[in-house]
Amino acid sequence: MCRSMLWLVAACVAWAQPKPPGAGRPATAEEIKDRDITVFPDGRGLPAGKGTAGQGEKVYKSKCAVCHNDKGEGRERQYPALVGGIGSLAAQRPVKTVGSYWPYATTVWDYINRSMPFDHPRTLSADEVYAVTAFVLHLNGIVDAARELNERTLPQVLMPNRNGFVPDQRPDVKAKR
Amino acid sequence: MRAYGERSPYETTERVIRELTASPGTGSSRTPHQDLFGTITPSALHFERHHSGVPGIDPATHELLIHGLVDRPLVLTMDDVRRFPSFSRTYFLECGGNSIGEQSGNTQPDVQKSHGLLSCTEWTGVSLALVLREVGLKPEAKWMIAEGADAGRMARSIPIEKVLDDALLVYGQNGEALRPEQGYPLRLLLPGWEGNTNVKWLHRLQFTAEPAMSAKETAYYTELGKDGKAQIFTFVMEARSVITRPSGGQRLAPGGGFHEITGLAWTGKGKITRVEVSVDGGKAWADAVLQEPVLSLAVARFRFPWMWDGKPAVIQSRCTDETGFLQPTHDELIAVRGLNSGYHYNAIKPWQVSADGSVTHV
Ligand code: HEC
Repeated sequence: MCRSMLWLVAACVAWAQPKPPGAGRPATAEEIKDRDITVFPDGRGLPAGKGTAGQGEKVYKSKCAVCHNDKGEGRERQYPALVGGIGSLAAQRPVKTVGSYWPYATTVWDYINRSMPFDHPRTLSADEVYAVTAFVLHLNGIVDAARELNERTLPQVLMPNRNGFVPDQRPDVKAKR
Repeated sequence: MRAYGERSPYETTERVIRELTASPGTGSSRTPHQDLFGTITPSALHFERHHSGVPGIDPATHELLIHGLVDRPLVLTMDDVRRFPSFSRTYFLECGGNSIGEQSGNTQPDVQKSHGLLSCTEWTGVSLALVLREVGLKPEAKWMIAEGADAGRMARSIPIEKVLDDALLVYGQNGEALRPEQGYPLRLLLPGWEGNTNVKWLHRLQFTAEPAMSAKETAYYTELGKDGKAQIFTFVMEARSVITRPSGGQRLAPGGGFHEITGLAWTGKGKITRVEVSVDGGKAWADAVLQEPVLSLAVARFRFPWMWDGKPAVIQSRCTDETGFLQPTHDELIAVRGLNSGYHYNAIKPWQVSADGSVTHV
C-alpha cells in the first residue's frame, strides 16, 4: 500500500544524513497541557470539577436554550435536538440524539467543552461543562437531577446506545453483473 | 492585465451553498460538475463542508503541536513544515455524506446537488511519516488524534497504519497555497478516505493507544443499519461513478443526434479499471473510454460516444476498481444497508433524457 515508497526512501536517506539542525522546537509540558483538550471514554483528559443537573439548568437557560430550545427539543433551521429517540434506532425513521445515539457521556462532555456554545466555544468553566452535561443527560432520563458528575463519575454513566456500534463491515454490498 | 487572474465575465458557474443551521458556517457548498471539463477541480469551485465556519489564520503564527506517545514532543511552524522534502499528488476528496439524500429517497435534481461534495486537486505537502521520524513514535501509538483550529476544534482519530502509509501534511492546492476553506495554512490529507478525516486548519496531532471517540466519529460519520447497529470508523470511500453530461437540469437539442456522454469515476481503493455506460435503462452496457492517465485515488474522466435516436432514454454509468469492486445499483445497496445509513452512498445514478431533450433525475 505504500504508494510513495521510492520517493520516501530517497527523501528519508537525504533527510537522515547529514542530520539537519532539527525541525521545529521541543514542546514544553506546559504548552501541551494548555492545548490538549482531548477527553477519552475512560475519563483520561477530564479536568477536576463537578456539577449537577440542577446547577446545569441555569447554565443551559442562559447559554444554550436560545438555539437548542427550553427542553433540548431543538429549533427550526435544524438546530439539533438534544433529547429524544431512545429506542428508535432500528425503526423506519430513527431519531439520533445525544440520548439515543451517543455511546459515551465523555463524548458529550468533550463536545460541549470544545465546541459549545456554538457562537462562544470554550468559554464555559469545567464546573459549568459538568453541570450542563448533567442537565442534558437528565433531560434524556439518563442521570438523576441530584447526581453529581465529576471527573470520576462521568465516565461511569452508561449511555443507552453504548453497545450500538460495530466495526466497518464493507465491502458489504455485492453487485451482480 | 490583472495581478491575480479572474475568469471571463461570460463564465458564471458557481458552487451552491446550503447552510444547515441559522448559525453561519455549519453547511456545505457543492462543486458544479455539470459545468466542468477535466479531472482537476478549480480551487474556487472545490466543495466545502464545515462544522464551525472558516477561521482566518495568519500563517506566521500558526503552529502544529505533535505530542502524546512520542519520544520528543514538537512544535512546528509553517516554515518548519515546508523545510521537509515536499511533493505533489493528485487525489480526490469526497465528503462521507455526499449523496446522503439519494439513499433515503430525497433524490436531487442535478449532479451538483447529488454528487457535488466531491472534488479533485493536485495537493502539495510533506509525508507525515517522514515528519514523525523527528518525534519518534512509541510502539504503543496505535491512533493519531488530528485536531483543527476551527472554532469547534473538530477532531478525528486516525489508525496509525494509515498515518504511516500515505498521510500528508498539505499546504498547497493546485500549485498555490491552500484556500482558507480548504484548511489554510495546513491540512491533513488521507488519500481515499472520507473528507471529514482530512482535518483542516490542522494544529494538533496527538498519538494515543486508543481512539478519542469524538463527536464526529461517533454521533456523525457512522452508518446506522437496519438492525439499529451503526458501523463506526468506516473510512475508505468505495468506488463510484456518475455521468456529469448530459445530466439533470441540462437540455439536449430535440430530435436526436450525436452527443458525447462524459462523467467521473473514483475509488478510495486505488485505480478505476473500467467504466460502462448504458443508454437503455440498464439492459445493455458498453465500455466507456477512460481518459489517460488514470491516477490512483484521483477522479478518472470517462467518455462515451452516443448517437441519440431522439426517443426517451435512461442513461447511467457503472464502474469497477482494481480490487474488483463493482458499483452497485440503488436497490442492491439499500437491500443491504437500508435507508438510514446515509454516509458512503455510492450507487449507480440514472438520468432520464426526454424526447424534448430535457434531462431530469429518475
Ligand atoms: C448559537 C447557537 C447555539 C448555542 C448558543 C449552543 N449551540 Fe449547541 N449546537 C449548535 C449547532 C449549530 C450545532 C450543530 C453543529 C454542527 O453541525 O456540527 C450544535 C450541536 C450541539 C450538540 C450536538 C448535538 C447533536 O446531536 O448533533 C450538543 C450536545 C450541543 N450543541 C450542546 C450545547 C450546549 C450544552 C450549549 C450551551 C452551553 C449549546 N449547545 C449552545 C448551536 C448552538
